[in-house]
Amino acid sequence: MELNSRAPSGPLEKKWSNHRFSNKLVNPANRRKFSIIVVGTGLAGASASATLAEQGYQVKTFCIQDSPRRAHSIAAQGGINAAKNYQNDGDSIHRLFYDTIKGGDFRAREANVYRLAEVSNQIIDQCVAQGVPFAREYGGTLANRSFGGAQVSRTFYARGQTGQQLLLGAYGALSRQIHTGRVKMYTRREMMDVVVVDGRAKGITVRNIMTGEIESHAADVVILATGGYGNVYFLSTNAMASNVTAAWRAHKRGAGFANPSFVQIHPTCIPVHGDYQSKLTLMSESLRNDGRVWVPKTKGDTRKPADIPEGDRDYYLENKYPSFGNLVPRDVASRNAKEQCDYGKGVGTTGLAVFLDFAEAIKRDGRETIYKKYGNLFQMYEKITDSDPMVEPMMIYPAVHYTMGGLWVDYDLMTTIPGLFAIGECNFSDHGANRLGASALMQGLADGYFIIATSIAHYLGTNKIEVISEHAAPFIDSKRWVEDRIAKMLKNSVGGSAGKFTVDEIHKELGRLMWDNCGMGRNKAGLETALEELPKIKQKFWDSVYLPGTNKEINQSLERAGRVADFLEFGEIMIRDALTREESCGCHLREESQTEENEARRDDANFSHVSVWEHAGDEKEPVMHKEPLVFEYVTPSQRSYK
Amino acid sequence: MSSINLTLKIWRQPNSDALGAFEMYNLDGIHTDMSFLEMLDVLNEKLTKEGKDPVAFDHDCREGICGMCGAVVNGIAHGPEKEVTLCQLHMRHFKSGDILVIEPFRSRAYPIKKDLLVDRSALDRIIQAGGYVSVNTGGTPDGNSIPIPSQQAELAMDAAACIGCGACVASCPNGAAMLFTSAKISQLALLPQGQVERKKRALAMVAQMDKEGFGNCTNARECEAVCPKGISIRNIARMNKEFLKAVLTEG
Repeated sequence: MELNSRAPSGPLEKKWSNHRFSNKLVNPANRRKFSIIVVGTGLAGASASATLAEQGYQVKTFCIQDSPRRAHSIAAQGGINAAKNYQNDGDSIHRLFYDTIKGGDFRAREANVYRLAEVSNQIIDQCVAQGVPFAREYGGTLANRSFGGAQVSRTFYARGQTGQQLLLGAYGALSRQIHTGRVKMYTRREMMDVVVVDGRAKGITVRNIMTGEIESHAADVVILATGGYGNVYFLSTNAMASNVTAAWRAHKRGAGFANPSFVQIHPTCIPVHGDYQSKLTLMSESLRNDGRVWVPKTKGDTRKPADIPEGDRDYYLENKYPSFGNLVPRDVASRNAKEQCDYGKGVGTTGLAVFLDFAEAIKRDGRETIYKKYGNLFQMYEKITDSDPMVEPMMIYPAVHYTMGGLWVDYDLMTTIPGLFAIGECNFSDHGANRLGASALMQGLADGYFIIATSIAHYLGTNKIEVISEHAAPFIDSKRWVEDRIAKMLKNSVGGSAGKFTVDEIHKELGRLMWDNCGMGRNKAGLETALEELPKIKQKFWDSVYLPGTNKEINQSLERAGRVADFLEFGEIMIRDALTREESCGCHLREESQTEENEARRDDANFSHVSVWEHAGDEKEPVMHKEPLVFEYVTPSQRSYK
Repeated sequence: MSSINLTLKIWRQPNSDALGAFEMYNLDGIHTDMSFLEMLDVLNEKLTKEGKDPVAFDHDCREGICGMCGAVVNGIAHGPEKEVTLCQLHMRHFKSGDILVIEPFRSRAYPIKKDLLVDRSALDRIIQAGGYVSVNTGGTPDGNSIPIPSQQAELAMDAAACIGCGACVASCPNGAAMLFTSAKISQLALLPQGQVERKKRALAMVAQMDKEGFGNCTNARECEAVCPKGISIRNIARMNKEFLKAVLTEG
């Protein structure tokens, strides 16, 4: 597997403009001759589809939900970063670049991260022009708030619904192109395979969720915008349909998978309360602007929070990290919450929670101000927990949220399969080992609106593109493979459900294994155990999963089974990746590699690389390759937020 | 944590062409901290274990923002609690012994696909007809070059909060999609960015709404009562005004 990052040379600030100049273009009149498939309609997929169609390409877009507006980007609450420096507080493109690469614990490519910071400002302009109702100051200018890992205020927001509003902007742009006929939209389709012809991606195989029909779609280029794989843990803040299938199938067809063990555990989520629970709910990081995190000073203090006097409270983030306080990056906040709970100082019925307290902010700024800022989040919290954060402190605990790992891509966002691109959370490109808050929306839209079109033009301009029929042998083979796999999954169900397991039972078992051994804290022994246990769960799935119904109808159990089957395979490279990275960095805490203060200890001499996994065959051990990370403009330092 | 026992009466319909009917299920030991959809998950696990067909229902984010879930519970779209989607309705609002009648969102423009799962693509087509600002990617002016009074931005945001769940249609005696359509028309009519296409947009979206077979508003206000995002019917008044102005000057 060859890993050429194609990161341009030259000064940091010139790399992107030089690259755009040196990339080939496609003449506007010729663009309509080329067809592009986009899978996924979140921020990355919808913005890419709209932009490519506006430029004149023929686009076919696919989504799993009933409408492109429902992709999980919609659930992002807090905001989107940009280096506008509207607050005049010392921000710049270089500072956003530096904060992002430092926040990622120096495990991302300099050139990519700089480009992200560079285009961030255009994203805000684009979204404003679309009519996205960002929050405004009384004078009518755009408002900002602060997020973790930064000492400037650079986050743009629309109440607690920023992701929704940005997605509806991109969905509007996409809808406009559907109306003109330049985008053909396919809803309720799940991607089952990438079709590779002579080493190039030439199409996809999808399952029509409404009819069960397996369909082939050919194009000159395939773009995956299929999100992250957090649901491998069963419980996460991801939507129920979020899955690894598209990325995993691409991997099995030859796309390298980078840093699969890099998973962000978000510090402010509503704690788990029962076995029946189907998902975890995030409370925006913006709450840490005004909320103070604390636990009782003594173990097992079961007094009500209001009855615990100031002197008996431990504001551990403020005490330990005086300069960033409650706004330390997510990985640091999560790890500290776990540490406090491990000490036995956790609160709530399970002891797996810490307080997030607004009392002081309410006293300082008044009830009205605080409610205006966070009212909708408070309501959401109250609906779920039956407790009002204006009256008593919230209880929060970390939960799986975002995956920094993903398909390996070069500077042009192309995977190791020529003609197959990956954008948004689905790729690994910009966040290193930890993503800063309000940067996912930025990356999704940067990739979709401002980067991918240049890459596509270059690919089409430098390669001989041959038209291939959807009836050609590779499409037929892929279709047959997909059908066989579904038949194999359904085969177990003959003879009834007795003695068999449901999909969710097996998924929960997988989730527990991954959370216990490859979650917030990881060590060699645990990871090795997980590697032994995983094949047993996989075997159990293929031997005894029970699926009601048939393949030729709406069958939600079958849909879930297909996804779980892929999570079971994918789990292996996650564990192996965590095992081989014998250092701590960002989200990845190897318990063997910590400083005296229990902070992550990086090992730059041995692990300053991206680990990229290659699929070697179904029963074979995957092969790891390394893309070395070279830092010319920043000096990797031990992160300190003290 | 307490638990309750329920009787569920759920609409079962294998596909669009089949005749549907209610079926009864007893479900015991439901924790009151569960969400409504988690309760349906428990039922489905039970049905699967018994070798029966689980109830099909749409859902995705389960945090009240994607707009994918929804059913009519005891005659009310998204159930008895105000301003929540079905996924954010919790079982603490019910008591042991309750009978819950659960049906799909019904409307002429929403064909039932299976059980509680319906086709709401008509709503997408209304947006496609003009629910956007026609601006291409790139070359847009600096974000701060268009100052927008904070109050105006807030009003636009109130309308923009619509999640497209379609409960408004299901609860309207006329099967109107006017709350949905007016939310988008209002958002863009309130913002300077929406002015250029203001009239064209109102005409096109209303025309598409009619074409899809949705009815018209007669001020029953049922839509507003069930809207999980509290979208006000003032938006419908604004839409009517926008439409009338457009018809008189352009139509």
